[in-house]
Amino acid sequence: MLQRVLAVGLVAGLVAGLAVAVLQHFTTTPLILAAEVYEVEAEQQARGLLVPANIILAHGGHGARAAASGGEAGFDAGRALLTGLATIVTAVGFALVILAAMIAAGGRIDERRALGFAFAAFLAAGLAPALGLAPELPGSAAAPLLARQVWWIATAALTAGGLWLFVHHGAFWARAIALAMIAAPHVVGAPHPAAYESRVPAELAAQFAATSLAVQAVLWLSTGLLVGLLWQHLAHRAGEA
Amino acid sequence: MTAVATARVASRAEAFKVALLAFVLGTGLVFVTGFAHPDTIHDAAHDTRHALSFPCH
Repeated sequence: MLQRVLAVGLVAGLVAGLAVAVLQHFTTTPLILAAEVYEVEAEQQARGLLVPANIILAHGGHGARAAASGGEAGFDAGRALLTGLATIVTAVGFALVILAAMIAAGGRIDERRALGFAFAAFLAAGLAPALGLAPELPGSAAAPLLARQVWWIATAALTAGGLWLFVHHGAFWARAIALAMIAAPHVVGAPHPAAYESRVPAELAAQFAATSLAVQAVLWLSTGLLVGLLWQHLAHRAGEA
Repeated sequence: MTAVATARVASRAEAFKVALLAFVLGTGLVFVTGFAHPDTIHDAAHDTRHALSFPCH
């Protein structure tokens, strides 16, 4: 069983990750490169001016490096390759998490149920964290990274746990606890910077927030679909289904 | 407990072990690409972190 989990996880992640890496190249990456131009400006200004200590410019130093290597002019093959690799590794991780949840839940692993699990995973790891921490472009002001990461992980875990409880237990008290778990991180609130300092145009940031969520949804759903299809394919070959 | 029931409990326990392993491995991979702090990992995964709306500094 473990062998099949690893095989399905690897292949589903590889194919979905590769497809989404191509999608990113044409959707999110151009917006990131455009934002880095504003990030460089902000960094140059920060060097000349006093910046309040409680404002941390996202990605200090990176914009400068991007500018030094030509900024958005020209295609950076190394950067595209690394982004593709990181997306594929993330997709393999997503595939294994979907499989883990489906095996723990019991029942059939097919593309319909896998799509349902993938959608729930997107709600937990995409939509719910984005409610507090909108997907950000380089150059935007943000609260300290660790605080945001802790809030993000707690929100994803509580939302996933809450959805699980809500679906698996029909009792009123269980559903009340489930809803409280999903709402809790938003009642506490995500860490935000003391002031907003971004030079990135709001239109660009808004477009990026929507695009980034759509890309994450495509990654979860295509990974889920492939997990279901591949699992069924291997089950048929083993003569199980 | 009948032999069939025993086997079912054993296979359920086995399934949970596999699920746990897959979960640890899967979240581990996502942690590396989405959250790990070392500069090399962050720089390599930078555009992916932004594109998938992970918090990134």
